[in-house]
Amino acid sequence: MSSKRTGIITKEELVEKKLLPSMERLSNGPIAILECPEEIPCNICVSACPFNAISKSRIYEVPRLNPDKCIGCGVCVGKCPGLAIFVVDLSKPGKAYVTLPYEMLPSPSKGARVELLDREGRVIGEGTVVKAWVYEKTWVVTVEVPGDVWFDVRAVRIVR
Amino acid sequence: MLDYRIYEHPIIDFKRGRLIKFTYNGNIIEAYEGESILASLYALGYRVFSRSPDGSRPRGAFCMIGKCSSCLSYVNNVPNTRICIEPVRDGINVVSGDGIPEPPANISSASVRKEIVDTDVLVIGAGPAGLQAALKLGEKGVDVVLVTDHFRLGGQLVKQTHKFFGDTRYYGGVRGFKIAEKLVNELKKYSTIKTYTRAFAYGFFGEGYMGIAVQGEEPVNLLVKPRYTIIATGATERMILFENNDLPGVMGAGGAQTLMNEYGVRPGENALVVGSGNVGLIVAYQLLQAGVRVHGIIEIMREIGGWIVHAAKVRRHGVPILTGHTITRVEGAEKVEKAIVAAVDDKLNPIQGSEKEYSVDLVLLAVGLQPNYALLSQMGATMKYIPEAGGLVPVRTKYMETSIPGVFVAGDLTGIEEATTAFIEGEIAAYTILERMGFTDVITERDRLVDFLWNEYRMSPVISRARQGKLKATVTEEEMEKLRRGMDI
Repeated sequence: MSSKRTGIITKEELVEKKLLPSMERLSNGPIAILECPEEIPCNICVSACPFNAISKSRIYEVPRLNPDKCIGCGVCVGKCPGLAIFVVDLSKPGKAYVTLPYEMLPSPSKGARVELLDREGRVIGEGTVVKAWVYEKTWVVTVEVPGDVWFDVRAVRIVR
Repeated sequence: MLDYRIYEHPIIDFKRGRLIKFTYNGNIIEAYEGESILASLYALGYRVFSRSPDGSRPRGAFCMIGKCSSCLSYVNNVPNTRICIEPVRDGINVVSGDGIPEPPANISSASVRKEIVDTDVLVIGAGPAGLQAALKLGEKGVDVVLVTDHFRLGGQLVKQTHKFFGDTRYYGGVRGFKIAEKLVNELKKYSTIKTYTRAFAYGFFGEGYMGIAVQGEEPVNLLVKPRYTIIATGATERMILFENNDLPGVMGAGGAQTLMNEYGVRPGENALVVGSGNVGLIVAYQLLQAGVRVHGIIEIMREIGGWIVHAAKVRRHGVPILTGHTITRVEGAEKVEKAIVAAVDDKLNPIQGSEKEYSVDLVLLAVGLQPNYALLSQMGATMKYIPEAGGLVPVRTKYMETSIPGVFVAGDLTGIEEATTAFIEGEIAAYTILERMGFTDVITERDRLVDFLWNEYRMSPVISRARQGKLKATVTEEEMEKLRRGMDI
């Protein structure tokens, strides 16, 4: 079913919109995934990127990521108004690092245990925060997750 | 004692003013300066604020911005006072409304001071469109009178906690309430802008005066004679039909935003959102941030109305979106205790036997907005009914001038859209007025903006319906001249 019916973005949809980096690039180290499949009139990510890796030729186009320029720094994660950008790092065998935006309570900190939530909010495991920093009240949180769920984990709930 | 105030929030640091005491239905109420009467009562658990004309049905908070009639109360004996936009003050006596009140016998208009003001530009409405227009006029040293019916400037920006989409030039990437703070601070830079809050524009008179009732300790009947006028009165939330839709707990999505994001008051414990447009999706996310459990978002159509990124945000926090469903009724004694939802068939009629029951105390309606056209209509501007624009909207040129020469419009009043275009429309209107006043240096920027708005920004497929609406209301200068002469176009 399409995301317009479910609110769940699929891998196929991202591939179709040319928004999913290649597996080869993903396994080379951190890179942003711009999960922004609609043509929203917005260019915040373009000006946010310190490496000029994101481009749009018109304000409403789907953003384009240059996989060679992106270093997966995560600056765009905290700035995207749609909270639609994630950074994935598959360079370590057997595990993945997912960096995601977080705007809930409690505030995250390095070492915090979290429940890993999938795109429907289901708990699919536990993870650990390995990095957390904040930009204008949006936390940019990196969690270590099992390698096979890098596309599924899109939110966390901090275990109090 | 019940306390619905939010003390810890991931986005907002609520700064509460000094303690205020007033009476409500004979009880002493403690509130904080800066709160509206209704918000302070809601924080203590009050849910019923008036009753229907026959006294039988309770009425709760609905719009929270002074547009509906659910909270009409007596404040110091003045009936029909909208306590959602009435600030708390020490020692006031507030009594809930009950049916249709008698006019107070001891009130006379003789004590109200009349003030006549000549100005270059009158701006009515202090949301994104009105503020942006006033600032652009202020930059050129033009005399501006800026009025709003609220006791605070910023319109609906003050309750928007998400970072805005759009272009960085128009505050994209900045949270709505932060934009309001910035614009209101900028206003202070310009001594030629005179601002009136709690100021209701009640009507335009043939002699060229706009009547404005300014509330306060010393009320003023302000008669403004402007050379130019910009009307930016925004929009009001729509209601939909279902059984008991007047029960307290059924609230506009914006009403809940006002409570939780402006005043830091949790609107309920368990919520259901009706409508999956961007407003519904965003309010659901904000409810989660305020610690409210969201049981679901109900959407009558087969597809989610808003943007996928907003839908994805709530889905990954476990909020279901039920497309092809509608709300059929709410139940409860004096306030919502449960909501009944049903699947709909191809003709959008509820399917018997498909009902689901939700135990909720809050049902938020996010079913669209309609422009606040009343003042403009009273002024005699030519209006047109355009469904894509949200209803009755003023016919205007691309420079935002209406059929009344010198009267301009901007923002949601001209058709429901969003804040970026409201900023731009306000700026276009201001520049056009400046051009008429001889500031020809603004023409290039104005024309660039018109081009950007129509040929780039609004070309986005995700806002094509709004663009259609705006397009249908926009005529050429020649067509406008014909309209003004009473000819068909």
